[in-house]
Amino acid sequence: MTIKELDVIRAKKKALIDVRRTVREQGEKLAKQTGYRKQVLVCGGTGCTSSHSMKVIEQLEKSLKELKIDDVLVVKTGCFGLCSLGPIMIVYPEGAFYAQMTPEHVKTVAEKHLVKGGEIVKELLYQGTVAKDGSIIPFAETPFYKKQMRIALRNCGVIAPEDIEEAIAAGDYSALEKVLTSMTPDDVINEVSASGLRGRGGAGFPTGRKWSFAKASQGDIKYVVCNADEGDPGAFMDRSVLEGDPHCVLEAMAIAGYAIGAHQGYIYVRAEYPVAVERLRIAIKQARDCGLLGKNIMGKGFDFDIEIRLGAGAFVCGEETALLTSIEGHRGEPRPRPPFPAVKGLFGKPTIINNVETWANINPIINNGAAWFAGIGTQTSSGTKVFALGGKITNVGLVEVPMGTTLREIVEEIGGGIPNGKKFKAAQTGGPSGGCIPAECIDTPIDYDSLIAIGSMMGSGGMIILDENDCMVDISKFYLEFTADESCGKCTPCRIGTKRLLQLLTKITEGKGEPEDLVKIEELASHMKQSSLCALGQSAPNPILSTLRYFRQEYVDHIEKKHCDAGVCKALLTYSIDPQKCHGCTLCARNCPTHAITGKVREPHVIDKDICIKCGLCMSNCKFGAVVRN
Amino acid sequence: MKECKGACGTPEQAAKLKAVIEESRSVPGCLMHILQEAQAIYGYLPMPVQKTIAEGLNISLSEVYGVATFYSQFSLKPKGKYRVSVCLGTACYVKGSDKILEKVEEELGIKCGDSTDDGLFSLDSCRCVGACGLAPVMMVNEDVHGRLKPEMVKGILDGYRRNEQ
Repeated sequence: MTIKELDVIRAKKKALIDVRRTVREQGEKLAKQTGYRKQVLVCGGTGCTSSHSMKVIEQLEKSLKELKIDDVLVVKTGCFGLCSLGPIMIVYPEGAFYAQMTPEHVKTVAEKHLVKGGEIVKELLYQGTVAKDGSIIPFAETPFYKKQMRIALRNCGVIAPEDIEEAIAAGDYSALEKVLTSMTPDDVINEVSASGLRGRGGAGFPTGRKWSFAKASQGDIKYVVCNADEGDPGAFMDRSVLEGDPHCVLEAMAIAGYAIGAHQGYIYVRAEYPVAVERLRIAIKQARDCGLLGKNIMGKGFDFDIEIRLGAGAFVCGEETALLTSIEGHRGEPRPRPPFPAVKGLFGKPTIINNVETWANINPIINNGAAWFAGIGTQTSSGTKVFALGGKITNVGLVEVPMGTTLREIVEEIGGGIPNGKKFKAAQTGGPSGGCIPAECIDTPIDYDSLIAIGSMMGSGGMIILDENDCMVDISKFYLEFTADESCGKCTPCRIGTKRLLQLLTKITEGKGEPEDLVKIEELASHMKQSSLCALGQSAPNPILSTLRYFRQEYVDHIEKKHCDAGVCKALLTYSIDPQKCHGCTLCARNCPTHAITGKVREPHVIDKDICIKCGLCMSNCKFGAVVRN
Repeated sequence: MKECKGACGTPEQAAKLKAVIEESRSVPGCLMHILQEAQAIYGYLPMPVQKTIAEGLNISLSEVYGVATFYSQFSLKPKGKYRVSVCLGTACYVKGSDKILEKVEEELGIKCGDSTDDGLFSLDSCRCVGACGLAPVMMVNEDVHGRLKPEMVKGILDGYRRNEQ
């Protein structure tokens, strides 16, 4: 495809995409140019497809046919971000934001709203977009979206990711065009360096510097790799980018290839992401067919192609040297650095390896300039960061905020607070390699350096919110189970250290802890940090160290008082029935799986503590609040 | 380790595997890809299949076995017709997915990692399927079941049992 042909596509589809980005009145004017009276966008990301958004699309197409409506366009997009309200459907030009749609709801919307002269069905909208007086608030103005700034996710939930023409019209491949027509490789690297972009995979290494090392390395064959092995449990940022805008990653990899002199790229993606893999396959094929990958891209004499490699379920492969070993077809074990991949990487050749979200920032940096990007965020952490917000929070979903946004803004405003009136206890960032941010640090600005200063880390972007019912010792144990399971076993400090830490934590949660266990934990943790081969082992103690720093008393209570305040650690709990409150209704006794509860009708019941397995069923069934947990 | 009974699989499966090996053997780093394809053909990776791959690529069996046992996606045991997988990612865990797993184990009478004797169900845990908005979540083959409570488990499994009758 030549630049002229790209321009033709942009001209043809621009209005169609713009309708989805503008406010109501302008949108209506624009809609007239598109040939479509309305556009209905349905989320086809993993979150919404899991809540059956494909049935929503089926029903929508069926209803439109039945009602003989042919001027409404149905678009299957990537993630809109508000996953807890899925399946989500947005109707433009009004920007009507329908949530938790069922096929029944779709029928109603088609009959009442999508027909000519139809009206928005208010009761099916996301209720956050309906004001008290009944007027409709644009969804971009709701607390969830208002404080967000979408750079990496700019096209997610806007375009149909399986349609390269929409991607081109939305701006994909425009940066590659600029680079190939008017920039030297050094210009590209200087621009990326000046933007201050740091790796979004977790460690935060300056991207421009990585590229310049790879450019400086001698060799006729070099490689560009995309790390899409998003292994942190509870994180789905990279998956959303790949599902919503796969072309932006292909484009950025080609730009890097031009900058360092590479002609082959690899995307290493988790096999657990079938939707993302499929969209990538489609995107690569389309890009090749259009001459945007392959030989002589845009007729500018530059060759670059990309291959997909599937991971097979090993967390350690998120570590760059382990990932490269895995692409080579071996056990995904890390190797010592130096030599760094920029010098000796894939198949022994100079390689740059960046994470999906890092790649997603390249197009805007090239198009808008380094100064624009550096002006967003904080001095040392420029740009935005995408977080997968999960756990005990009202608005579970995907958010992108400028660096420096405080945790309070994310939890209370964007996240909509903690459900069921519970108290915020901590936010866990960085997954098994990170730590927690306690309630007293809720005003900490989120950027690389502030998080390290308080003992956590940015990580790849998983953010799990914990409330008063979560036990921090148990959470540490959860992460240690994960790292002990995922340790590749190559180096001793990690292989044996994670096991030993897990044993100590298990001992504490089972009520067998001794005061010197905490000393042992701290000593072992410091050895592991210093002597493990790769980041998995070096950072595995972080969840324990950071909870010990802020919630030491909880550990002490578990050890000395044999008490778990949050009521999570089973071995430390006892259930009993308050005879004053018990009505003798027998409900608990009938539901007890081990028949540990006895008593006559209308007389107080008793729990036999020797038989009780502490499942808590009696407590959740009792209508009188008579079951007490200590 | 469970070996295949007699000759492993059908001649069609053997032919498919041979074709995959022929097609990929010159691609650098092809072993993982071949193992993934082989698992798609046979449902798991029995020893004779690993031997065929080792011979086809002219590498040692220990190398093939080393890779097959390193990654959690590869299975040396046959899986059930319905593969139940309970998500134990963080978002699901803090919402009680451990209790869901306990309930499935109780309901199927097997431990995580095993299959039922009739070959209908196998049970595993996984780390995040990315449907955190629906936590806690379990998957049965490609179906995602979300917003689970322990008391819902029996009904879901019974649904698959009914399919078989």
